[in-house]
Amino acid sequence: METDINSQDRKDLDKFIKFFALKTVQVIVQARLGEKICTRSSSSPTGSDWFNLAIKDIPEVTHEAKKALAGQLPAIGRSMCVEISLKTSEGDSMELEIWCLEMNEKCDKEIKISYTVYNRLSLLLKSLLAITRVTPAYRLSRKQGHEYVILYRIYFGEVQLNGLGEGFQTVRVGTVGTPMGTITLSCAYRINLAFMSTRQFERTPPIMGIIIDHFVDRPYPSSSPMHPCNYRTTGEDTGVTYPSVEDSQEVCTTSFSTSPPSQCVFTVTKAHFQTPTPVVTDTLRVPMAGLAFSHQLSSSRLSYQPAALGVGSADLAYPVVFAAGLNTTHPHQLMVPGKEGGVPLAPNQPAHGAQADQERLATYTPSDGAHCAATPSSEDTETVSNSSEGRASPHDVLETIFARKVGAFVNKPINQVTLTSLDIPFAMFAPKNLELEDADPMVNPPDSPDTESPLQGSLHSDGSSGGSSGNTHDDFVMIDFKPAFSKDDILPMDLGTFYREFQNPPQLSSLSIDIGAQSMAEDLDSLPEKLAVHEKNVREFDAFVETLQ
Amino acid sequence: MNCRSEVLEVSVEGRQVEEAMLAVLHTVLLHRSTGKFHYKKEGTYSIGTVGTQDVDCDFIDFTYVRVSSDELDRALRKVVGEFKDALRNSGGDGLGQMSLEFYQKKKSRWPFSDECIPWEVWTVKVHVVALATEQERQICREKVGEKLCEKVINIVEVMNRHEYLPKMPMQSEVDNVFDTGLRDVQPYLYKISFQITDALGTSVTTTMRRLIKDTLAL
Repeated sequence: METDINSQDRKDLDKFIKFFALKTVQVIVQARLGEKICTRSSSSPTGSDWFNLAIKDIPEVTHEAKKALAGQLPAIGRSMCVEISLKTSEGDSMELEIWCLEMNEKCDKEIKISYTVYNRLSLLLKSLLAITRVTPAYRLSRKQGHEYVILYRIYFGEVQLNGLGEGFQTVRVGTVGTPMGTITLSCAYRINLAFMSTRQFERTPPIMGIIIDHFVDRPYPSSSPMHPCNYRTTGEDTGVTYPSVEDSQEVCTTSFSTSPPSQCVFTVTKAHFQTPTPVVTDTLRVPMAGLAFSHQLSSSRLSYQPAALGVGSADLAYPVVFAAGLNTTHPHQLMVPGKEGGVPLAPNQPAHGAQADQERLATYTPSDGAHCAATPSSEDTETVSNSSEGRASPHDVLETIFARKVGAFVNKPINQVTLTSLDIPFAMFAPKNLELEDADPMVNPPDSPDTESPLQGSLHSDGSSGGSSGNTHDDFVMIDFKPAFSKDDILPMDLGTFYREFQNPPQLSSLSIDIGAQSMAEDLDSLPEKLAVHEKNVREFDAFVETLQ
Repeated sequence: MNCRSEVLEVSVEGRQVEEAMLAVLHTVLLHRSTGKFHYKKEGTYSIGTVGTQDVDCDFIDFTYVRVSSDELDRALRKVVGEFKDALRNSGGDGLGQMSLEFYQKKKSRWPFSDECIPWEVWTVKVHVVALATEQERQICREKVGEKLCEKVINIVEVMNRHEYLPKMPMQSEVDNVFDTGLRDVQPYLYKISFQITDALGTSVTTTMRRLIKDTLAL
């Protein structure tokens, strides 16, 4: 291959290709961070925007790219590749795309470097911007979060497409001819996920199949002979001890399974940032979105209480949110495991059931466990262990108590007034000697029948049991009234006191017989007038009905 | 010099028309816009920076990239809105097309006015379908998204051919090649037009134009 190019042009071309490679990596990685990218146009040239495009430089990404290139440039047989892969919360990973920047032998000797090549490289970057939003991995990366994250890896050398599964597709972004060869930018992407990409990614047997094959067909990256292993030099030792790649990878996987989720998060990101110049970067999988967020995550660690009450460490749901953006000023929400997979939600239900049976001489106090689950932001780590132990008991208590429960609408000989003043549910079913109107649930609705029955049950049972409020009935004796979610010894006015004070509200006036009788008569008298008014407005009603049709 | 012409076709639901057209037009203009030129002495110039931003579509599972220029976006939205209204009011089977034409101005001597010589024309043909159920609409969202992905790949393929582009002009001629009226970016001179096709497949306007030309030719 003859080069007629002069030395200045050669220098310019090398510089252009180098920065083009760095910008290419930036565009690809930023497109997989999971957020929309927005940069501003500037009419006055700043001189620092390569290819006249506003592409931000994420320092870590530039660093990784420079390390992978190691001062070399894409040449024939030596391509720069950016591998995009997906890693699930269980630790399974799968390659999604390989972006390749290659050089081939076809030279264009006539072309002008500083003008045409530069502008064409700029156009190629614009094409890359457009194409990165169009491959299936884009939609997946926009939805990354607590179930999976998108990782990238940069390597230099021969392109490895084995991990993409069968039937992968290729899209060519573009080419630019130069006197030294033709630069080609293309993307090979997996299509097996294509039908899933538009919906939420979920683990299904085919995906598991692919992942298993992935690990069988393609051994662990560090053992691949393709990657330049000559990089384990101490030349760039800045005094920090670097874990080898395998170790850091191991740290990633083991920390997920044994540590609480929050610590997992920080371990991963901290491990990354404590090693600014990792030893073998071409095999280091870097979490996409964790890059800009180490300080955010560490500051929010204190307020994050993993409410995971899991039996085993392996059962912890993956709450890590790597959802990222470039803007580090917006703290990202950490996913509370409470919203995940319903682990802490479960204790609430037995708590209800248990609480409903307070009057059954139950001295079980689920308050600790339920309290922890309900307020995951508490920093009381002791409650975690308490609640994990206490979880077993509500179930047992629940089981036994339901068998002994006696309903609130037991048939008892009580007079009418007292009955309506009791606020018992389904009052209309109790035998009473009321007039028709009072018994009609439409006119005289039963008192809040649609609230949670356990709570209601406790209130009404208390009422009928003659608690400390001084009711007339002492059929049920309250020994110890301990409502859920409360601690008697903390506040003077607590939930229990509230219950006792307000469990017998004054009777509604419409429920009393006299007033009821009066209003009944009034209603009957006013009926003809009402009918006359309605008849006048018949046309309006008809028109209204027609609009509904 | 011949004008190269590219034709794209899409089938969309009524409410997807705007976003689909904007996606295609913005993708083309992304490639056909540069930063603002700043001419210096001795005929050299420097170029401003073009920013980009992602736009999510509301009615299509699709995201496209456009240049960060609100002026340009407003201009496109205006004409796409007019197209959408014309399509809706046409009452036909919902066939229409928009043309994005890049042209150069060639100064002519008096009394002839400047000539506009197109060098690239992008035509997007739209077929509007009406869907009955929500499930069909959901499928349409995804299908149209995939179709637009294909269109973007087609556009990029054409752009990558590096075929004719106007020469970079001197300062005196920059307005013959570029639209210098925007504040932040500088696209090539372009114009957008649209036609609503009637049931016979011929557009009303072209029929009229043909009639007039025929009468003049006599």
